[in-house]
Amino acid sequence: MAYLPQIIFAVLLVLGIGFFAKNVKRLSRNIKLGKDVDVSDNKSQRWKNMAKIALGQTKMVVRPIAGLLHVIVYVGFIIINIEVLEIVLDGLLGTHRLFAPLGTVYDILIGSFEILALLVVVAVVAFWIRRNIIRLKRFMKPEMEGWPKQDGNLILYIELVLMFLFLTMNGADYQLQQMGADHYVQAGSFPVSQFLGPIFAGMSESTLILVERSAWWLHIVGILMFLNYLYYSKHLHILLAFPNTYYGNLKPKGQFKNLEAVTNEVKLMMDPSADPFAGPAEDAPVPEKFGASDVTDLSWVQLLNAYTCTECGRCTSECPANQTGKKLSPRKIMMDTRDRLQEVGKNIEANKGAFVADGKQLLGDYITNEELWACTSCNACVEACPVSIDPLSIIMDMRQYLVMEQSAAPTDLNNMMGNIENNGAPWPFNQMDRLNWTQEQ
Amino acid sequence: MSNELKVPTMAELFAAGQQPEVLFWVGCAGSFDDRAKKITKAFVKILNKANVSFAVLGTEESCTGDPAKRAGNEFLFQMQAVTNIEVMNAYGIKKVVTACPHCFNTLKNEYPGLGGEYEVVHHTQFLKQLLAEGRISMEGGQFKGKRITFHDPCYLGRANGVYEAPRELIRKLDAELVEMKNCKKKGLCCGAGGAQMFKEPEKGDKDVNIERTEQALETQPEIIAAGCPFCNTMMTDGVKNKEKESAIAVLDIAELIATAEDL
Repeated sequence: MAYLPQIIFAVLLVLGIGFFAKNVKRLSRNIKLGKDVDVSDNKSQRWKNMAKIALGQTKMVVRPIAGLLHVIVYVGFIIINIEVLEIVLDGLLGTHRLFAPLGTVYDILIGSFEILALLVVVAVVAFWIRRNIIRLKRFMKPEMEGWPKQDGNLILYIELVLMFLFLTMNGADYQLQQMGADHYVQAGSFPVSQFLGPIFAGMSESTLILVERSAWWLHIVGILMFLNYLYYSKHLHILLAFPNTYYGNLKPKGQFKNLEAVTNEVKLMMDPSADPFAGPAEDAPVPEKFGASDVTDLSWVQLLNAYTCTECGRCTSECPANQTGKKLSPRKIMMDTRDRLQEVGKNIEANKGAFVADGKQLLGDYITNEELWACTSCNACVEACPVSIDPLSIIMDMRQYLVMEQSAAPTDLNNMMGNIENNGAPWPFNQMDRLNWTQEQ
Repeated sequence: MSNELKVPTMAELFAAGQQPEVLFWVGCAGSFDDRAKKITKAFVKILNKANVSFAVLGTEESCTGDPAKRAGNEFLFQMQAVTNIEVMNAYGIKKVVTACPHCFNTLKNEYPGLGGEYEVVHHTQFLKQLLAEGRISMEGGQFKGKRITFHDPCYLGRANGVYEAPRELIRKLDAELVEMKNCKKKGLCCGAGGAQMFKEPEKGDKDVNIERTEQALETQPEIIAAGCPFCNTMMTDGVKNKEKESAIAVLDIAELIATAEDL
């Protein structure tokens, strides 16, 4: 039974990764419920954006404190993964500190992991204080009550526990190395965990081994569990930030797309040679719905946006409507879109692969007209997002649905549109008076 | 006020077989709004002074469709766009200048996809160019040393990345340019964009233009400079709301230059 731990480890690993893969499949199926858009252009610019924004964290550091703390956790996460690789290999091969023969390099590696782990602990505590003691305004908005708040804290707790387990594992290991215990070869340097010595003082070799093994197992099991927690959490951004910044908008922010279906209609209307009495052709496709009322009317990039959102609220805190107390919160738009998409996904699973109407939709059941009409389309939310999410595009698509499908614009806007239609100006002035200003003193 | 404005129309020039260097797209606000008309006139005075060959469409100009599009009425927007594009293409227009960032954005970004490809510049960019080419000269005049803060219009700044042209012009006035807490990329909306100009704001604690005016007042300016007729109206209203209209003027960049040059 000497291989039992290895077998258990392999089983856990396969289960952990397998379950995660299943959720990734769900995720991809849900995102593909969105309308297709062509984002195959400008590949080099897209790679550059991803490198700069996601990998380089350039937009995180716009807010220096949160930015620096985030960079620590982010770098810690990436670098400490090298240690996870060693843990996985040790677990499968039944070895201990497989990379130890690297010698000095290994010492430096382990040393830097420890320092990073400590920094991560500091950053995570700071994050927790910001959320729970200082209670930063943007984490206290109505959409952050309940699960989003718990989720945010839970992630911090998990990260904290993982870092403590990592340091405990190393600390006990260091003691065992000092004792010259079998299997525990002298390897690595322990600039942080060596100070845990007093905790282990007086422990027997077997107790220390028990502590070291427990911490080792809990650490790797914790990581596998955290991996699987991602799908249910805003923490999904650690993966999706990369594709999301790649597919982010490259056009000027003020350039809204021109709806092609409308262009065709308008061309027909403006064509003097078109037969005014012609009905639609026999084989004409069913007219497209204008704008968006549910998640399936949005593009897959917009749905990817929704899953990428980590609810940091930088968009909402920059939103002029939100700043002045109006109901609109761009973050809520993204959270609503994601929540509705999850609901649609579950519906599809429950109904063997096909969506069965549930009498609900994104518009009305999640996002209200009042929120949509409060937007000034100023792009502050888009600019603020550290991972290239575009809440404005969803707001605009839903406005289009309200106006073109439901004629549900506020009265004032209907008047404005009537004026444009009749007078070529948003005010009730005659187009023939457009030059009057030249005559006025 | 000096001599009369020379404002040729495209139709007149076309009849005379001439093509102007640039079409001045006046926009609805610039044509009809009493406050914005002053901006239009100030800009024309500068164009006249610099002997720029320009023309306006006059009665042939129509709303670009920006407020319709942003209100969600893509149909109305495209109808407006296609009509305007037909007119402009018939005149063979190559370059357009406008003092309205909303017209600027729509003409520059949304018309090309519908068959209207022009070089579109904002009037602050155009003025900067005239200055660089030595076609206008600027001296501070009465603005020398004055504290001026510039409010970035969303559709000029964040939407199209134009931050420097208006600032450079203010600096040329030998004025002291002071920045608000939120400026450039982080500029705060005046509250008029996205068709908000034409409706009552949703319920909240205060109106956006008041918040923005408060930010402007924090810089203790003598002048709030704007580069958009809608921002101008919103900031003017904000200053009035704070009862500061006797101490603080809200002026477009074109007005600043026209006044400095005593036009």
